[in-house]
Amino acid sequence: MNFETTIGLEVHVELKTHSKIFSPSPVEFGDQPNSNTNVIDWGYPGVLPTTNKGVVHDGIMAGLALHAQIQKHPHFDRKNYFYPDNPKAYQITQAETPIAHDGWVEIEVDDKKKKIGIAEMHIEEDAGKNSHATRYSYVDLNRQGTPLIEIVSKPDISSPDEAYAYLEQLRQVIQFTGISDVKMEEGSMRVDVNISVRPVGQKEFGTKTELKNLNSFNYVRKGLAFEEQRHQRVLMSGGKIAQETRRFDEVSGQTILMRTKEGSDDYRYFPEPDLPVLNISQNWIDSIKQELPEPPAKRRQRYVDELGITDYDAMVLTQTKEMSDFYDQMIKDGADPKLAANYLQGNVNEFLNDNQVELQDTKITPEHLATMIKLITDGTISSKMAKKVFKAITNGEEPKKFVEEKGMVQLSDPAKLQPIIDDVVAANPQSVEDFHNGKDRAIGFLVGQIMKQTHGKANPQVVNKLLKESMSK
Amino acid sequence: MTEKISEDQVKHVAELAKLKINADQLPYFTTQLDQIIGLFETLSKVDTDGVEPTSSVTDQINVMREDIADNWNQRQALLDNAPDTQDGYIRVPVIIDESEDNN
Repeated sequence: MNFETTIGLEVHVELKTHSKIFSPSPVEFGDQPNSNTNVIDWGYPGVLPTTNKGVVHDGIMAGLALHAQIQKHPHFDRKNYFYPDNPKAYQITQAETPIAHDGWVEIEVDDKKKKIGIAEMHIEEDAGKNSHATRYSYVDLNRQGTPLIEIVSKPDISSPDEAYAYLEQLRQVIQFTGISDVKMEEGSMRVDVNISVRPVGQKEFGTKTELKNLNSFNYVRKGLAFEEQRHQRVLMSGGKIAQETRRFDEVSGQTILMRTKEGSDDYRYFPEPDLPVLNISQNWIDSIKQELPEPPAKRRQRYVDELGITDYDAMVLTQTKEMSDFYDQMIKDGADPKLAANYLQGNVNEFLNDNQVELQDTKITPEHLATMIKLITDGTISSKMAKKVFKAITNGEEPKKFVEEKGMVQLSDPAKLQPIIDDVVAANPQSVEDFHNGKDRAIGFLVGQIMKQTHGKANPQVVNKLLKESMSK
Repeated sequence: MTEKISEDQVKHVAELAKLKINADQLPYFTTQLDQIIGLFETLSKVDTDGVEPTSSVTDQINVMREDIADNWNQRQALLDNAPDTQDGYIRVPVIIDESEDNN
């Protein structure tokens, strides 16, 4: 029996606004529990939420980046449920009129491009955070009211690899808009997945199972692959898949039953009466469109077409907006595109990994790195010298000044090199004879002597050329 | 016994509202709710042909505030008002159900 798989993803992304979605409390992480809360966040009687314009702005921006239609007349809805991390006993979200709908992102798996549809994207508030001990649970409402966007895919994803590629693309597209850090490890991106399997040719979808506890893209892929196999095995043996929520166990790589779902959730949505409706003008949408930074896919295309770097290099350089902006600035400052790409992927990435820092938090600037690369391409310094210069750049030093101060400037001037070469040639008649007898090693020895005389500063290419000319006279 | 709402539905609604209703009370509340729904049905007599559904009854639109953080420093006052606290957290009976993150 042949099967086909259908995967749906719900992705929550935390926005990097200054204040919460419905109250002016600051959005900050790692502060004392409950310190960034007020009566609105706690759901006190008589308080009124007010919509944060920045959140609506970011929601429109995300919608545009996902090629979606923007809802011109959105409103908020209440989703009712009791839980200690949710003091109002409802979450303000958008059920009826999500701010954006019908978008897409393009993925590439096994060299095949495919558009994955986005059914809808809405803005809503996050809940607080519970931590559990044996007798009590502890509630911190700092996260309560943090703005979220939720992005719901269409059932276009048909394999765990496609799900992985979709998440990677989604992360990039959102990251480049600058509205979120989109980091799963920090909880600013959270993923819920559901999967169903049906025999090829069957019209209706198979029964869905839902997966929780997916803490990385890789676990999403692994968890889905396990579920895909499990569904197929059960169906093949004539069994039935139960509608249930399962947890991915990172140690065993298996999914484990958490609970079976009986009937659908009953959240009794209704329009939020405390918040006036929104009227989003085309003007506002257009001006946000103007603000949108160039998306990663376009940058990759430009890098390959205009700058002549490889697809792979372009992909690595567009992992984050910071890296891509940095690269663009280096090119503007006159760095050779290929060398710039090499240095970013090599020395710079190595430095970031070794020190566990982000590019924007270092002292390395595009100007300095571009200057260093220009010093290499114009022959002022050798790539060996560049290692020391790079180290200086990581300390925020200006490369030209550093090179001059350390006297590192490569000796390329023939007028200065010629006398040294003449001396060395005169002092080593045996080597000159060996050279004339076709012994190539002799030239290496002579170059070495010249390097020694110049304390390693001579430009090897120039020395080679001048030396051969001298001996051929 | 009634037409508009069944005892099972009333039980379900009570569970959603975290209310305990015992078997004796069920017919009583079912009759009451049935009457309340009956009152609302009066509304459906109004002719709403050609009227756009509305989600808000105020004539306000686009009431938004700028994204500026302002900490009202109400932490202590709020914690003082909570039934139980510990180390700056609100303390609640241990939660067994794992239905969080369902936003």
